[in-house]
Amino acid sequence: MKETPLSNCERRFLLRAIEEKKRLDGRQTYDYRNIKISFGTDYGCCIVELGKTRVLGQVSCELVSPKPNRATEGILFFNLELSQMAAPAFEPGRQSDLLVKLNRLLERCLRNSKCIDTESLCVVAGEKVWQIRVDLHLLNHDGNIIDAASIAAIVALCHFRRPDVSVQGDEVTLYTPEERDPVPLSIHHMPICVSFAFFQQGTYLLVDPNEREERVMDGLLVIAMNKHREICTIQSSGGIMLLKDQVLRCSKIAGVKVAEITELIQKALENDQKVRKEGGKFGFAESIAHQRITAFKMEKALIDTSDAGEKAGEIIAEAEPPSEVVCNPVLWTPGTAQVGEGTENAWGDLEDSEKEDEDQDGSDEAIILDNMKMDTGVELSDTGNQDATIVLSDSEEEEMIILEPDKSPKKIRTQTISAKQEKVPSKKPMKKRKKRAVN
Amino acid sequence: MAEAAESVVGSKARAARTVLGQLVLPGEELLLPEQEDAEGPGGAGERPLLLNPGTRSRVRVVCGPGLRRCGDRMLVTKCGRLRHKEPSGGGGGVYWVDSQQKRYVPVKGDHVIGIVTAKSGDIFKVDVGGSEPASLSYLAFEGATKRNRPNVQVGDLIYGQFVVANKDMEPEMVCIDSCGRANGMGVIGQDGLLFKVTLGLIRKLLAPDCEIIQEVGKLYPLEIVFGMNGRIWVKAKTIQQTLILANILEACEHMTTDQRKQIFSRLAES
Repeated sequence: MKETPLSNCERRFLLRAIEEKKRLDGRQTYDYRNIKISFGTDYGCCIVELGKTRVLGQVSCELVSPKPNRATEGILFFNLELSQMAAPAFEPGRQSDLLVKLNRLLERCLRNSKCIDTESLCVVAGEKVWQIRVDLHLLNHDGNIIDAASIAAIVALCHFRRPDVSVQGDEVTLYTPEERDPVPLSIHHMPICVSFAFFQQGTYLLVDPNEREERVMDGLLVIAMNKHREICTIQSSGGIMLLKDQVLRCSKIAGVKVAEITELIQKALENDQKVRKEGGKFGFAESIAHQRITAFKMEKALIDTSDAGEKAGEIIAEAEPPSEVVCNPVLWTPGTAQVGEGTENAWGDLEDSEKEDEDQDGSDEAIILDNMKMDTGVELSDTGNQDATIVLSDSEEEEMIILEPDKSPKKIRTQTISAKQEKVPSKKPMKKRKKRAVN
Repeated sequence: MAEAAESVVGSKARAARTVLGQLVLPGEELLLPEQEDAEGPGGAGERPLLLNPGTRSRVRVVCGPGLRRCGDRMLVTKCGRLRHKEPSGGGGGVYWVDSQQKRYVPVKGDHVIGIVTAKSGDIFKVDVGGSEPASLSYLAFEGATKRNRPNVQVGDLIYGQFVVANKDMEPEMVCIDSCGRANGMGVIGQDGLLFKVTLGLIRKLLAPDCEIIQEVGKLYPLEIVFGMNGRIWVKAKTIQQTLILANILEACEHMTTDQRKQIFSRLAES
C-alpha cells in the first residue's frame, strides 16, 4: 500500500513551526521523546519505545565454525526488519533503500565499533565459536528508527545470556541453564545512535525527528557515540552541506543525550535484574494487565437456587421494615448528586455517553500498554478518588509542557526516568487492579 | 482476552438484546429477539431457521457497521460494543458495533478530507486514507466548466463528499452538493495544520450534542474542518494557537468531561 502523501499545508506548517522553534508534540529542539524499555521473559528480549516508535529486539546464539581468516573470533549478525505492521508503506520481503541503509548503519555502529568482545565468544579456535544473532523488528513507525533500533540492539545484547561451555582437553561440554547459570556477553561499551534532522539547508536543527519531521527534513546526521564520548560512527545523508562547527555542536549534544540514555538503560537493566532475582513478575507479558478487555463486563456466577425460596422467606421475616427516605443528597460522582433512595437519578444520564467512552479508553489502553496505564488504573478504581485527580493532573502537566515553551527539557527527562522507576517493579498498582477485578 | 474468547465459544450464540453495550468479538453470532423466542438461546447453530418460515412474523432489521448477515444469522465482523437504535416506525431497528479503528473505509455520503496525489487528464486522484485513492472530476467543483478549471495543485487538501463508494470499486468524490453549490466543500486553504485522529474521536466530535467544539471555539477564534476519515484541519491566528488546538483535540479522546473542563478553564486563564 502506498504511503499517505504529505500535503502542502502540512509541509508549510511544519517548516514555519520549526522556524518559530516549535514542534508538533511540544518538544524543544534538543528533546528526545520518552524512552521506555521493557524486557521479555527470556533473556535477550526487549521492546524499546521511543515515543510511538517501537522496536522489538531479540538476541539468539548458535555454535558454528568460524570464518577461516578469523579463527578465534565469534560472529555477530544484525538484522533489522521493517514489517508492514509498522507502517502500511513498508513492503514485506523487499530490501528497500531505507532498510539497507539502516542495516548498514546498525552494523557499523555495533560491530565495527567493537563494543562486543568477539574473542570471548570462541570455544575451540578454528572449530567452534558462538554466533550471536540480533534480530530487530520495527513494530510501529513514528520516525527515528535508527535511534530506537540501536538502543534496542544494545539493550538486548546487554540483557542476553549465553549457555556456559567448558573445554577439557578435546571434550567440549555445553551446560543447560539448570546445570550452570548462563553467562552474559562481555560488552566493552554501549554505542548509541543520535539523529539530527536539518531544515532549510542546515539553518535549523532538531534532535530525534518524528515521522512528519523526517518527511520535510533536508538532511540527516547520525552520530553513534558511547558514554565515554567516543564517536563510533558518523553518517550524514540527504546531501546537505554542514559546517565544521555544526558537526562539533551536534557531537556535543550527542554526548549529553548518550549519557542520559545510557543511564536509563543501566537503570532498566538493574531493575529487571532485581525483579528477576526476587522472583517477582517480569517480562512484558506480565506488564500487560490480564483480562482488562472484559473487565467492564459482568461475569455471570452460577448460584445454587434450590433453597432460595426458603432463604428469602427467612430473610424477609427477620428483616426490619424499610427505613425512611434519606433526605441527604448522595454524591455519586462530582457533579452527579442524588436525593432520596432508590429513585432513578436523571443527572447521570447526561454524562452517560461520556462514561462509556471512558470505559472504552480503559480497555483500549490495556491493549496498547500506554504510559498512562497506571493513571487509568487509578482513575477507574473508584469515582471521585482524590489521588486520581492528582495523578491525572500530573500527566496533564506533561501535556502542558508540550504547550509551554519555557520549561526546561531537563525536567521532562527526570520525570520520565522517575516514571520508569516506578513502573518496573509495578506490583503495587497491579495488585490493586486485580483486587478490583475480583470485586 | 482468553476468557472472552472462551465465553464466545462456550455459548454458541448470544441474544443481541442481552449484549447491548457489551463487548462483541469478530465471528460471534448474535440472535435477534424473534429468533430467540422461537428457539431459545444457543439453538440457532444446529437447525436452520428457514425450515419454519411461516410461524414467525418477518421483522426488518438493519445490520450496521461491524455486523453482517449470513443467511438467517447475524455475525459480528468487528471487535467493539454492540449498539442498537430503536426504530421510529415498525421493525427491529438498527444494530451496529462501535469500534475503535484508524483505517477508514469509504462510505457513500461521508464528508472527508483528501490530499490530491495526482492530476491525470480530467480527474484528480485523492488520497482519503482508504485502501485506494478516490477519483475527483475537475467538473465537480462549484462553477467549474470545461473552460474554467479549478485551481488545484498536487498536495492540496480537498474537502469533499463521496458519491460512489462501493466495495472493490474506486470511490468517487465531488465537491458540490446535489444543487451544484459548494456548501463549504472545495479546496482547503494553504495554511493550517492537518492531523489524524481515530475514527471514533471524529464521530464523537461530530455528534450533535458534542460540547467540545463549542468549548474549543471559546478559546481562540479558529477555522476547523472534520473529515469522517479521521483527519482534522485546524487553523488559528498563530502557529502556537494552532498547535495548542491540535493537541487538545487529540487529547480529548482519553479524557472525561471533568478533566476536559479543567483543562479548558486552565487554558482560558493563561
